Amino acid sequence: MADHHPTGIKRWLFTTNHKDIGTMYLWFSFVMFIVGGSMAMVIRAELYQPGLQFVDPNTFNQMTTMHGLIMVFGAVMPSMVGLANWLIPMQIGAPDMALPRMNNWSFWILPFAFTLLLLSFTMPGGAPNFGWTFYAPLSTTYAPPSTDFFIFGVHMMGISSIMGAINVIVTVFNMRAPGMTLMKMPLFVWTWLITAFLLIMVMPVLAGAVTMMLTDRHFGTSFFDAAGGGDPVMFQHIFWFFGHPEVYIMILPAFGVVSEIIPAFSRKKLFGYASMVYATASIALLSFIVWAHHMFTVGMPVAGELFFMIATMLIAVPTGVKVFNWVATMWKGSLTFETPMLFSIAFVILFTIGGFSGVMLAMAPIDFQYHDTYFVVAHFHYVLFPGAIFGTTAAVYYWMPKWTGKKCNEKWGKWHFWLSMIFVNLTFFPMHFSGLAGMPRRIPDYNMMFAGFNELASIGAFGLGLVQILFLFIVIKTVRSGEKSEKKPWDGATGLEWDQIDTPAPYHTFDTPPKVS
Amino acid sequence: MAIRRKLFASIAMLVGLFSSAIFASDLNMRPGVTETSIEAFDLHMQVIWVMTFVGAVVFIAMFISFVFHRKSKNPTPATWSHSTKMEIVWTAIPVLILIYLTIPAVKLLLKMEESKTDADLTIQITGIQWKWEYMYPEQNITFISSLSTPRDQIDSGAEKGENYLLEVDNELVIPAGKTVRFLVTADDVIHSWWVPDLAVKKDAIPGFINEAWTHVPEDAIGTYRGQCTELCGKDHGFMPVVVKVVSQSDFDSWVAQKNEERIAAEKAAAEAAASSWELDKLMALGEEIYNGKGACFSCHKADGSGTPPLFPALKGSQMATQADQLNDHINIVVNGKSGTAMAAYGSQLTDAELAAVITYERNAWGNDTGDAIQPSQIQAFKAGN
Amino acid sequence: MSTETKEKYEKYYVPEQSPWPIVGAIGLFLLAFGAGNFIQQSTDKVASNDGSWGWLFLALGLAIIVYMLWSWWKDAIRESKQGLYSAQMDRSFKQGMMWFITSEVMFFAAFFGGLFYARALVMPWLAGEGNNAMTHAILWPEFVAQWPMIVTPAGETTEGMGAWGLPAINTLILLTSSWTLTIAHHALKDGNRNALINYTAISAALGIIFLALQVLEYHHAYNEMGLTLGSGIYGSTFFMLTGFHGFHVTIGTIFLIVMTIRCAGGDFTAKNHFAYEAGAWYWHFVDVVWLFLFIFVYIM
Ligand code: HEA
Ligand code: HEA
Ligand code: HEC
Ligand code: CUA
Ligand SMILES: [Cu+2]
Repeated sequence: MADHHPTGIKRWLFTTNHKDIGTMYLWFSFVMFIVGGSMAMVIRAELYQPGLQFVDPNTFNQMTTMHGLIMVFGAVMPSMVGLANWLIPMQIGAPDMALPRMNNWSFWILPFAFTLLLLSFTMPGGAPNFGWTFYAPLSTTYAPPSTDFFIFGVHMMGISSIMGAINVIVTVFNMRAPGMTLMKMPLFVWTWLITAFLLIMVMPVLAGAVTMMLTDRHFGTSFFDAAGGGDPVMFQHIFWFFGHPEVYIMILPAFGVVSEIIPAFSRKKLFGYASMVYATASIALLSFIVWAHHMFTVGMPVAGELFFMIATMLIAVPTGVKVFNWVATMWKGSLTFETPMLFSIAFVILFTIGGFSGVMLAMAPIDFQYHDTYFVVAHFHYVLFPGAIFGTTAAVYYWMPKWTGKKCNEKWGKWHFWLSMIFVNLTFFPMHFSGLAGMPRRIPDYNMMFAGFNELASIGAFGLGLVQILFLFIVIKTVRSGEKSEKKPWDGATGLEWDQIDTPAPYHTFDTPPKVS
Repeated sequence: MAIRRKLFASIAMLVGLFSSAIFASDLNMRPGVTETSIEAFDLHMQVIWVMTFVGAVVFIAMFISFVFHRKSKNPTPATWSHSTKMEIVWTAIPVLILIYLTIPAVKLLLKMEESKTDADLTIQITGIQWKWEYMYPEQNITFISSLSTPRDQIDSGAEKGENYLLEVDNELVIPAGKTVRFLVTADDVIHSWWVPDLAVKKDAIPGFINEAWTHVPEDAIGTYRGQCTELCGKDHGFMPVVVKVVSQSDFDSWVAQKNEERIAAEKAAAEAAASSWELDKLMALGEEIYNGKGACFSCHKADGSGTPPLFPALKGSQMATQADQLNDHINIVVNGKSGTAMAAYGSQLTDAELAAVITYERNAWGNDTGDAIQPSQIQAFKAGN
Repeated sequence: MSTETKEKYEKYYVPEQSPWPIVGAIGLFLLAFGAGNFIQQSTDKVASNDGSWGWLFLALGLAIIVYMLWSWWKDAIRESKQGLYSAQMDRSFKQGMMWFITSEVMFFAAFFGGLFYARALVMPWLAGEGNNAMTHAILWPEFVAQWPMIVTPAGETTEGMGAWGLPAINTLILLTSSWTLTIAHHALKDGNRNALINYTAISAALGIIFLALQVLEYHHAYNEMGLTLGSGIYGSTFFMLTGFHGFHVTIGTIFLIVMTIRCAGGDFTAKNHFAYEAGAWYWHFVDVVWLFLFIFVYIM
């Protein structure tokens, strides 16, 4: 079959091809990762030593805010959508996503949304400076004018995510090849299906929250103002009703990736497939009823605190099932340690450590001590960087041959892994200690007693930043002049995308549906 | 081989860091001085141990796999991929562990969240961008507590003191051995009042009053430091909390002294208000207030340039230069502007201080109006308000 | 589901390249950028932002989006008529629409959540319930909990909107329109073209009447009752919920008008009428939201 595809810039602007769109998502997310990462570098440079050196406190707050927003909405979420685009159709035997044009719209909204968000740096009063959680009233009456553009930017990201999620769900429900029953789908598809469901449920709620902010700012409503019968804490409830499922939106697809890679390099079937599916679904369902664990100190009624504490701790159970299943998959396997496997193993270990600190945070009476300190920052970077980012990185190494027909250089990959592993721990582990010692988050300057930890974290962060440049270099080098890959570069890999599709995957896969036994 | 060594090395590093956290006390949470803070610390240690144990089981299992089930050692993988029995076991055990952790957590939570309407002393704490106002309703004491670290320690490399950024001009004073009830609220945005050693962290929400309490034992007299822990704008990092715990008798004499001070200050203020002030004297006091007690500089900048449009420039501002806007100028300083960061200074500063700072704003930075606002004008303004 | 897929799998049509998605993205950007400037300038929030040109971007963005949707759908209709769409494609569209409506439900849920939270929890707290005795005693001693909140904690006053005047009539109108639309839909399936056109047109007309009455109600609220967006949380929730609902009715009505025109032009067959069905679903959704509004905003 002639594998022709449109050429020139129009190929990318007007495309309806899931692979092109996936590629654009992945590159976009990497650009955002670098932008958000650069802001983290500013944060870490300022925090390297006590005293104010590089930026004034207001700029620091802008950096923190935009770092969080860009990493969450610009780097992690689009990278997962990029993977979904590339993999889901191939893994379920579909020719493309169900709604290819809408797919392209989902993508192209994002660069514009982030342009709008980044433009705020040039506006009078500067960029948003109220944290990625934008609590009212700091984000309403006390916020800089650019907040309105932030609000519309969030609306745009929401539209993009919702359309992306609709596409995934419809693709999975309606486009599977004959014989590909739900319980035969690869776990990556399952985790994304569940993620898409979460997205559809919570992104509109976020849109509602920012809309209320907008009217509180400009049209005299009092949603978040006690003088008019509203409540600033109501904002937090609405935000976290979105925000907690959001953190699972960022991690579930990574769970899926790891559940593909570990069996491949253990040369053994994934242990407990069915319970993996049920565990993922339980995590998603529980995620709707735990949101107020971010708000233990706001003065909720005790009954509420008890409920949210216990519900949150329960999430450790299904997540534990996943971790144990991964371990059991490796058990008595025939393991090799190529780069994707290394990243996946690090994922399991470091995510688990992040999960442990999560359980500690879930316990309300001690969260009073941890809350809004660097202990929380340590927690969420452990689940996000070696979690979500390592997950994506592992996926890139694993599926790179399928995408480009070329293999990443193992030696470089291992360097990338080991340096990341060292620096990620050097950056984020000391944050546990500064948090326990009492250092609050979102501060540009601190007492001497936190100096040692911050110095370590900053050194680690600069290293981690440089290592990501290495990653960029590896990817470019592979695409340009990588070693050619055979059809199935990993002997343990299974699934339609390896068994029934050429390497590299042709522009159009599956002219006729594959048979799944 | 090399891989295995590196793996071991990095894991050893992690384990090392983790266990040093447990054994080296300066790496750990502070036990604090109250019954609740010590119980919180104990619970924290308990969870750490449980987590270390669970982590050890999981990670050791993984490492056994890495070593014994690598391809070179175990070329033919097992073919099983399911075991209901095992899955039940590793669902049930975490549930039990969590129940074991939940019980003490619930107990401690209920204890911490008890309502103390019968407390010995009640203090109202108000977060204001970026300082705390402490009010003792029964003792008739109100004062503002703000950062006292000198600017040069922050901005330039001047030698930093031991309590850098954790020191204030007026500490909160409470008696030891007594139950103290805190009513926490805010005037503008959300703040959070935290003293780690007392294990009290309560958000200060504008329009609502949250309650918290502490009981510092008599043998724990001393000074305890914390910080605002909810992002509250530009100077969130410069909003420390300092609590001085003293004996009951010291507390009583402090209350008496504060009351005397207040009476004296009221008298002095009345006198100052009655007398007529020269421009230089107003300017001198005004500058001091602007850059000190009033902390106007923290938004409007020492050179009056502000950060428009967040914080307007006063230098050359209409309000601070036009004669016909004098009343508006007095009004915004005395009453603030609700819904903005501009707080009401009418009750935070004396009439003389208000007059001085307003005069300063109308003459500094080339505003040169020559106006010398008198305390009596402020009094008249307040009376007509 | 799986057996169905197995049997009905046909060759799938991956649509041609299309410029509309990126045009739509540019339109959204202009819309957002213009709206930000326009709002700031027209509500006087930022004196330094002379965004008087904001409306230009806003209008341009809107125009582009309308043009984009028009062209996009035109392409889709053309392809559909060329028979390029399989039954599977049709299912994709239908499921997509269902999930889109689900997301809309969640958007309204945010505002309903706000209403319930404010009314069932915040209001009693401000009046001293739960652990908030001091909130009441110190900060809002005058405040009395009652709904509609005709006196806010800060002392602003307003009036509550009754349920049994216009709102009740509007309920009847929307329910009737749902019913007429169902008749139309059946007519479509039975191949009764005249009934289809007439009943769709009637449904659209009812939508217009509903909107007109709502404008009347707002006018009354603003000018005679002093009930505005600024009337505390009662006014805020009232106008945001009914306002967003009204906005959705507007979209639904346009949808129905277009459907009437297309039906009159001979579009749709008894079997193949996804767009019509989507419009009908949307309309029923808007209708159900109204029932919730009527109960929780007006009656209770
Ligand atoms: C990918 C993102 C991600 C993930 C997966 C998680 C997972 C979890 N998180 Fe985390 N969290 C964040 C991202 C994430 N979090 C972010 C971004 C914030 C900060 C937001 C902000 O304020 O800016 C945050 C904040 C946060 C808080 C608020 C802290 C505070 O502000 O005071 C809490 C409190 O309960 C919490 C808890 C948890 C729990 C219990 C889990 C659980 O899901 C973890 C479960 C996993 C395990 C427990 C490990 C594996 C399990 C076993 C091996 C079984 C055996 C275990 C036991 C028996 C314990 N998180
Ligand atoms: C997925 C999400 C994600 C990721 C990947 C990261 C990555 C990093 N984060 Fe992030 N972080 C958040 C999500 C994330 N963060 C969130 C949600 C918050 C909360 C925000 C808030 O409080 O509102 C936060 C807050 C936060 C803080 C706390 C700020 C504060 O409270 O004041 C800090 C402080 O150290 C920090 C550091 C870092 C560092 C050093 C990295 C590094 O891992 C980044 C490494 C990557 C790069 C550096 C980019 C690639 C390389 C270059 C650009 C080349 C240039 C390099 C050099 C000059 C060396 N983050
Ligand atoms: C927390 C930040 C903050 C502090 C501290 C602060 N102000 Fe302001 N001030 C503001 C803001 C914000 C405005 C703008 C209000 C508005 O929107 O009109 C303002 C406005 C003013 C104005 C009116 C300026 C104009 O041209 O409209 C004057 C005068 C003023 N402040 C004086 C003072 C004085 C005197 C002090 C100290 C005693 C002070 N401010 C402390 C934030 C602050
Ligand atoms: Cu006040 Cu942070
Ligand atoms: Cu959470």
